[in-house]
Amino acid sequence: MSEGTKAVSRFSTDSPLTRWVTDWGAAVVDGISMVGDITLFAWQMLQWLFTRLPRRGTMLINFYQVGVLSLPVVALTGTFIGMVLAVNSYQQFDILGLESRLGVVINKSLVRELGPVLAATMLAGRVGSAMAAVLGTMRVTEQIDALTTMGADPIHYLVVPRFLACICLIPALTIMADFMGIVGGYFYSVVIFGIDHAAYLNHSRENVTGYDLFSGIFKSFFFGGVIAIVSCYRGFHCEAGAEGVGKAATAAFVYSFVLILAIDLVLNILLDSLYYSFFPRGPSLL
Amino acid sequence: MNEPMADELVRCDDVSLVFDQHTILQDIDVSILRGQTVAVIGESGCGKTVFMKTIVGLVKPTRGTVSFDGRALNEMTLPELTQTRKRFGFVFQNAALFDSMSIYENVAFPIRQNEIASESDVQQRVMQLLSEVGLPAEVAKKYPSALSGGMRKRVGLARALILRPELIVYDEPTTGLDPIMSDVINELILETRRRYPVTSVVVTHDMHTARKVADRVLMFYPRRRLEAGESQVLFDGSPSDLENAEDRRVRQFVRGEAGERLKEISLESSSLSF
Repeated sequence: MSEGTKAVSRFSTDSPLTRWVTDWGAAVVDGISMVGDITLFAWQMLQWLFTRLPRRGTMLINFYQVGVLSLPVVALTGTFIGMVLAVNSYQQFDILGLESRLGVVINKSLVRELGPVLAATMLAGRVGSAMAAVLGTMRVTEQIDALTTMGADPIHYLVVPRFLACICLIPALTIMADFMGIVGGYFYSVVIFGIDHAAYLNHSRENVTGYDLFSGIFKSFFFGGVIAIVSCYRGFHCEAGAEGVGKAATAAFVYSFVLILAIDLVLNILLDSLYYSFFPRGPSLL
Repeated sequence: MNEPMADELVRCDDVSLVFDQHTILQDIDVSILRGQTVAVIGESGCGKTVFMKTIVGLVKPTRGTVSFDGRALNEMTLPELTQTRKRFGFVFQNAALFDSMSIYENVAFPIRQNEIASESDVQQRVMQLLSEVGLPAEVAKKYPSALSGGMRKRVGLARALILRPELIVYDEPTTGLDPIMSDVINELILETRRRYPVTSVVVTHDMHTARKVADRVLMFYPRRRLEAGESQVLFDGSPSDLENAEDRRVRQFVRGEAGERLKEISLESSSLSF
């Protein structure tokens, strides 16, 4: 076979290289197109948010489902996380003779990082997947089309209340996760490990600042917004059949979780830069 | 493009729709007159439902124009389109009732969404419509999951009628129902036409329904099976002319004869490898 023939076969439509390029190219184009779609979807939702809010009855149902029904699971997981942090950190702190400072590590980690991320993860798992499944079922059974034919905008009627419920109530869920984590960590450190109660609390009070609490709650608004938008988008673009609904629910959680972690990283970098530009000598563990 | 007729309610000019590189509708030119009941028939996958969704603006055509009462839907702003949609009623194949709402709330939804009406007015209209479609008052408190297929379709019809639409579109109204319930639905379509001045489009596979309720029948044919230059609307005429239609494919469909399709299917199956 001549060189010329080889070159033709390497780039012919059936060659593995062409297929690889085609597949990856299609995946990239699909990805870009999805980002564009989600942006337009979020833009439409924001337009409704600033022009006309949904009825109180529609909002209350969503607030109840997102806030009240998520509270027990967020409280329970928050308590366990606080206790797990105490169990994992105690040994090393004890060796260094710093066990009275255990509260600083537990409480700072909770209010800055674990509380908001845990509340967001619980929300994505419990509420986000359910949103995608409900909206997906409505899409498959033509209920979304029915809304449109009756002069109701599906984004206004279905997405805006869910978005508002998520961003308004995730700070409350975060505070609950923080509080229960702090209680769980205190219980395990003071009651089980016998760390001095006053030292545990004093060190925590000195080192865990209002800024830590603020940054955790600030991040939670973004997490709530992302969960609502991604989950509703997946539901609205659900494929046909039971399998399509299942896929939409799974994708809603996976995409939300990845985005929560990515946003968490970006916001942590920004919030830290902001903090150290105002307070170059921030509090130290020692 | 032909000049619009004075009593024309819906008009499709050169409508084509391509979805995922498949041509579903091609060059459809159809006009529907006020007060007509048009049955759209054709085999599965021929584009009947897509056509119906196109005429109410749920699906945008890739090319061509759909006009309602002389105004092109694609030239309307979103608020104008929303206003226009209040003049349509749509009965979905599986009723598409909202699972989270009671039957009363389902039927009342369009009024609550679009009109300022007192609760007593809403209640009166909902109960009147439920009675018109032959449902007892107790049904109002139930949820869609507690109703049979036929009852759901009747609730869907009541909901579609509550804003007193000018155009009502039925998607496969008798599919999945027993013959008696199918006839009940057919009678309801006729009764609705007698009671209200509506134009109706009925998408159906059921020839009994097409013959009974329609005064005009359009038969669609799948784009992929057409020969070059053929129109996708194989038949446009009175239901009484269906049996003796010139086109063999129309007669076969009406009589339920597989004909050469049987050969195609056996060829397709023999080419399958397991």
